[in-house]
Amino acid sequence: MKAMRQGDEGTRRLLLSVLVLVSPGMLSAQTIAITGGTVYPVSGPRIERGTVLIQNGRVAAVGANVTIPAGAVRVDATGKWVTPGLIHAGAGVGLNVSGLGGFSERGVQGDVTPSFSPAEGFNPAEPEIAVTRTGGITTGVMAPSGAFMPGRAIAVDLAGDRLEDMVISPGVALIVNLGGQSRNAGGGSRAGTMALIRRLFADAQEYDRRRADYRRDQIQELAAPARELEALLPALRRETPVVINASREMDIRNALRLVGEFRLRAVLAGASEGWKVAAEIAQAGVPVALNPTQDIPSFEGLGARLDNATLLREAGVEVIIAAGDGGGERGLRYQAGNAVRNGMSWDDALRSITLAPATAFGLGDRYGSLEAGKVANVVIWSGDPLDFVGFPEKVYVRGAETSLRTRETELLERYRQLPVVYR
Amino acid sequence: MARWSVPVGFGVLLAACAGAGAQASPQSPTPAADQAPETFSDTLSFMRPQYPSTYQRRPNPPVLIRNANVLTAAGPELRGISVLFQDGRIVGVGPNLQAPAGASVVDGTNKWVTPGIIDTHSHMGVYAAPGTQAESDGNEATNPVTAEVWAEHSYWPQDPQIPLAVAGGVTVAQVLPGSANLVGGRSVTVRLVPGRTAQEVKFPDAPYGVKMACGENPKRVYQNRGPSTRMGNMAGYRAAFINAEQYRQRWDKWLEERKGDPPARDLRNETLAGVLRGEISVQNHCYRADEMAQMLDLAREFGFKIRSFHHGVEAYKIADLLAAAGTAASVWADWGGFKMEAYDEVMENLALLQQAGATTVLHTDSPDGIQRMNQDMAKAYYAGLRAGIALTREDAIKWITANPAWVLGIQDSTGTLEAGKMADLVLWSGDPFSVYSKAEKVWNEGWLVFDRLDPSRQIQTDFNLGHARPGVGR
Repeated sequence: MKAMRQGDEGTRRLLLSVLVLVSPGMLSAQTIAITGGTVYPVSGPRIERGTVLIQNGRVAAVGANVTIPAGAVRVDATGKWVTPGLIHAGAGVGLNVSGLGGFSERGVQGDVTPSFSPAEGFNPAEPEIAVTRTGGITTGVMAPSGAFMPGRAIAVDLAGDRLEDMVISPGVALIVNLGGQSRNAGGGSRAGTMALIRRLFADAQEYDRRRADYRRDQIQELAAPARELEALLPALRRETPVVINASREMDIRNALRLVGEFRLRAVLAGASEGWKVAAEIAQAGVPVALNPTQDIPSFEGLGARLDNATLLREAGVEVIIAAGDGGGERGLRYQAGNAVRNGMSWDDALRSITLAPATAFGLGDRYGSLEAGKVANVVIWSGDPLDFVGFPEKVYVRGAETSLRTRETELLERYRQLPVVYR
Repeated sequence: MARWSVPVGFGVLLAACAGAGAQASPQSPTPAADQAPETFSDTLSFMRPQYPSTYQRRPNPPVLIRNANVLTAAGPELRGISVLFQDGRIVGVGPNLQAPAGASVVDGTNKWVTPGIIDTHSHMGVYAAPGTQAESDGNEATNPVTAEVWAEHSYWPQDPQIPLAVAGGVTVAQVLPGSANLVGGRSVTVRLVPGRTAQEVKFPDAPYGVKMACGENPKRVYQNRGPSTRMGNMAGYRAAFINAEQYRQRWDKWLEERKGDPPARDLRNETLAGVLRGEISVQNHCYRADEMAQMLDLAREFGFKIRSFHHGVEAYKIADLLAAAGTAASVWADWGGFKMEAYDEVMENLALLQQAGATTVLHTDSPDGIQRMNQDMAKAYYAGLRAGIALTREDAIKWITANPAWVLGIQDSTGTLEAGKMADLVLWSGDPFSVYSKAEKVWNEGWLVFDRLDPSRQIQTDFNLGHARPGVGR
């Protein structure tokens, strides 16, 4: 016990050293003017024959009448669609070897490990990162996996050779799971899990108020080691959101209870029965991250339905689409297309994979739209980004054009004429 | 002798059975039901009907869809044309069709009509929602060879996943055992219509398939008792078919001579002997190119054909071998990477198979994917075009209609919009190659099984009752 308490300061130093990773990273110094395309800034109405000017890795200007500096690289996007890079808020890319079982870096053992950040398990060399870019995705928010309180999500820009050049934050949100998956952590009942959450949050606040007593061992036994309680504090101070996974209506209501009691900034995730509670979710100002094609009933969500996203949005809820399809992260845009198929407006669907996740995860001042000053993550599309006819033609991350060649490209080239001649 | 004659080969079996009544079970030595004695007291089990279909077509007034865009899967895309069907059959697709008396007329302006979608690979009903262990009925993982089990004996027709697939325009699916075993058991082809029993939805006269599986799954499931390697898998298939060869010989001899007691009936060998006779089609889960080539040689060793590989993530590497063997490839548009044998996925798999002349099929193996097969078709089509592979929309629509019908051996009945074919068809709100389009109406053998605009024409399973209705969108 003593050793753990002495570890308190050490834990803080460790967290700080990890936070050093949140450096500006590498921003391209090149000046690029993307001209002639239809620009969808997301933060404002679309611009016909607009220009997006990129300087020093940032968006310098967006509009129909942008002065292009001498020496800028001009990219003709006439007839193309220009959008912010997409943000996948439910990604796992880089924390695995493809999707292979047994290689995941997403979680550690234990039910209560909120101090865990998977950042240093992220592999910039993972081939799936380039595959993900071919879906127009430039930023991933990767949550740790685990039964109950598995850690903090990271945000990463999806191009670069080193973690330091890619990571935006090693802790954009605290993850908490309600529902069937965390029953055991609470002793076998959802009610037990709720009680455990309240105890952890209350103990973290108590610990924070009484650090001196803690060091003198003048405090009651806490619900978790200090390093874990410490990791809850950013969320309890509203510096980061808490992502609460909850699908059943009752679990969503439990989540909203916690949001009210602890005045949390929260993001509901899953929420397959969110449509039943849409007004209350809107009232609480809680965004919802969901899979818009989830409609198969389970006892975690008998009311799953395809227009969940639409019904939530109509109630005034900020919707984040955060699901790859069977092919993984790169299919995010098709999920947004399916939300449109099932009633959402096209503009809202694009927002749900750009500005909505950026804002919910505290990155809205730097990401999610094409506005002067934002990080220059930009995609030029051959056609509608939400439909099958459109493909990314150029993907810029932090102002630099990235490669869209993947293992798949090389396999295609090798086998497009049969019989193959190996060299 | 004629009574016990071995039915003709798989490809023409359906035609041979047509008109013989819906009750015929295609495997020999079982006779057709209409030849069975009135009473069974003097017969043995193998002479009697084997779980015959009791499916009945539902009556529906004739339907004329006017001024639609039509992909028939049997010819060029047609614009502003009519489709007429009556008594469960397509009457015609053409410019000047008149509505018969009592017909319901549907305005198809700016809409598309396609054949009903067919999935060659589903586990609906055997891995049913809500997905509890109690409903896990797809893998008889107690022996590497369980050719004796039949998927229809697990099939739960109240699976709430079924109406969701119907809302995606699917009319027929092959339901298979899982892939734990080298030989997993018989598949069943079902119509996606409401039914109390599996028999009520079983596609009449559809030949049986048998599920076989290569690679990682069987060797993982049986690693402690074997097979634990791919070579062990191969030895397992060969041993099973060697037994089946002997079984078939014993039975064929007895059927010809009719002397003495018949050989003991053995369900495992009965199914595999059906494969050797060409009556039961082989549906082979197999990812890797080199393994598919081994399986083609296994089939040559024992003198049968593999009708389709399933999950052939590497099929594009041997598309020429598949075309030459006359074996179809049922594959995904963009699902891969989830295990080592799926590592070499490319989005151009279907396009490359099409280019090589192989029978190209898009399948799902997924209760999610089956709801959006037109989308996966479009995904694979545009991926192929982008790679510069020559493809047409007419090719692509066959991936989810005519070609899967061939894999299931029902290509003479359904899968295209041609006069005389069963009226399995979908009216789409827009171009089925767009993510935004939805199946608006679905007819299953002429019966309006789904109407997006009319909740009273949407299937509600027993499981749905008293719960929130499944959301099919708007």
